[in-house]
Amino acid sequence: MDGADGGWCVKPPVFDYLRVDTVDEAVELLAKYGEDARVLAGGQSLLPMLNMRLAQPRVLIDITRCAGLDRISAGGALEVGAAVTQAALERRGTLQAESPLLARALPHISHFQVRSRGTVCGSIAHAEPSAELPLVLAALNGSVSLRSRKGRRELGAGAFFTGMLATARRADELVEAVRFPLAGQGERQGFSEFSLRHGDFAVVALAASVTPARIRLAVGGVDDRPRVVEWPRLSGSALDDGLNELAWSLDARNDPHASARQRRQLVRRLGRELIGVLCA
Amino acid sequence: MKRYVAGEKHAVAFTLNGRERQGWCEPRMLLSDFLRQQLGATGTHVGCEHGVCGACTVLINDEPARACLTLAVQAEGARVDTVEGLHDGAGGLNDLQQAFRRHHALQCGFCTSGILMSCEAFLRHTPCPDEKQVREMLSGHLCRCTGYAGIVKAILEVAASRREASHA
Repeated sequence: MDGADGGWCVKPPVFDYLRVDTVDEAVELLAKYGEDARVLAGGQSLLPMLNMRLAQPRVLIDITRCAGLDRISAGGALEVGAAVTQAALERRGTLQAESPLLARALPHISHFQVRSRGTVCGSIAHAEPSAELPLVLAALNGSVSLRSRKGRRELGAGAFFTGMLATARRADELVEAVRFPLAGQGERQGFSEFSLRHGDFAVVALAASVTPARIRLAVGGVDDRPRVVEWPRLSGSALDDGLNELAWSLDARNDPHASARQRRQLVRRLGRELIGVLCA
Repeated sequence: MKRYVAGEKHAVAFTLNGRERQGWCEPRMLLSDFLRQQLGATGTHVGCEHGVCGACTVLINDEPARACLTLAVQAEGARVDTVEGLHDGAGGLNDLQQAFRRHHALQCGFCTSGILMSCEAFLRHTPCPDEKQVREMLSGHLCRCTGYAGIVKAILEVAASRREASHA
């Protein structure tokens, strides 16, 4: 729309836009600008925040044209670089065998038109409590590779997520890659989500991994970060008790989408269903 | 590294519907506004401006993108396709647009340009979609007129006819 002054209306606040060619340049800039900088990859969380002026960074560092960040590799884990889109991972031909949980969860992320731009690492760095990818990373006990001018460090999902939209990433660090452990022999994985419509924020999302020895269950959408429990192979009333205890341990809140009580009930019911199928 | 300083106008160039185009903008200008205000390409509509409604969906390097969640400077050097680029080769509507007309898949038309661009990308990735897949793809677009039934029919029909044409 034309502005009243004959100029143009622009939604986002003012910032310098810096397009870097290498990761070294990116971490140099992060060292220089720290909290004043935001890393831009797909922009599917950052741009809405800029448009609503919930974020007002001084500089944006666009990393999408850095060589090497668009790589996916599978060694001991599925390693996904910072510029890899959710759509690119979803279309990986071997994903179902490497990580059945990721293959199930990815189609639940927002919409086709957003996954084509949104990145895997971006969603994890954003740490929205109801988002699917942080949940999957937590359920699989994956890790985040952080790079700064000083070097690299690797943080497990449990240490990385520290609260709502909050992580242990330091202001001078780039989330360079994330690692999802590959599914083991005899491991079964599953995903279940309740949302008001497909693609909406999850009211409750569950990700589970079951081996002959244990059950690992992660809950998203309820607390301020993904919550994970590990049990022996519970069944029957012991499983019900475990799920009930888990539901009450979460800091469930009322919001316009669902009450805290409904969320606890969804954890019990969806948890029962999901684990029932995986242990069958 | 390329630096675009805040508050200053910078040249941004990309290939729009097969033609090299250039305009000037601040780093914070959205691609949706750049297309409409700088390049005069007003086929791309602007609705919610935070990525929910889908009206501004365009293709960037053949992948769908919300133009309102993309900065114009991010599109530098890219291939951008909008509804203005859809045609049958002789200046008429393409098969998808014709099917939308046949099935009353639009009324006010505000959401249509975004839906058409999504469909083009979707049908390339999913040439044999079932109704559920079409509806999931459409969940990324809000249409307040049609109730979606005509849109679904039009897309399924074009998917079938393009499959036939590719086997012929």
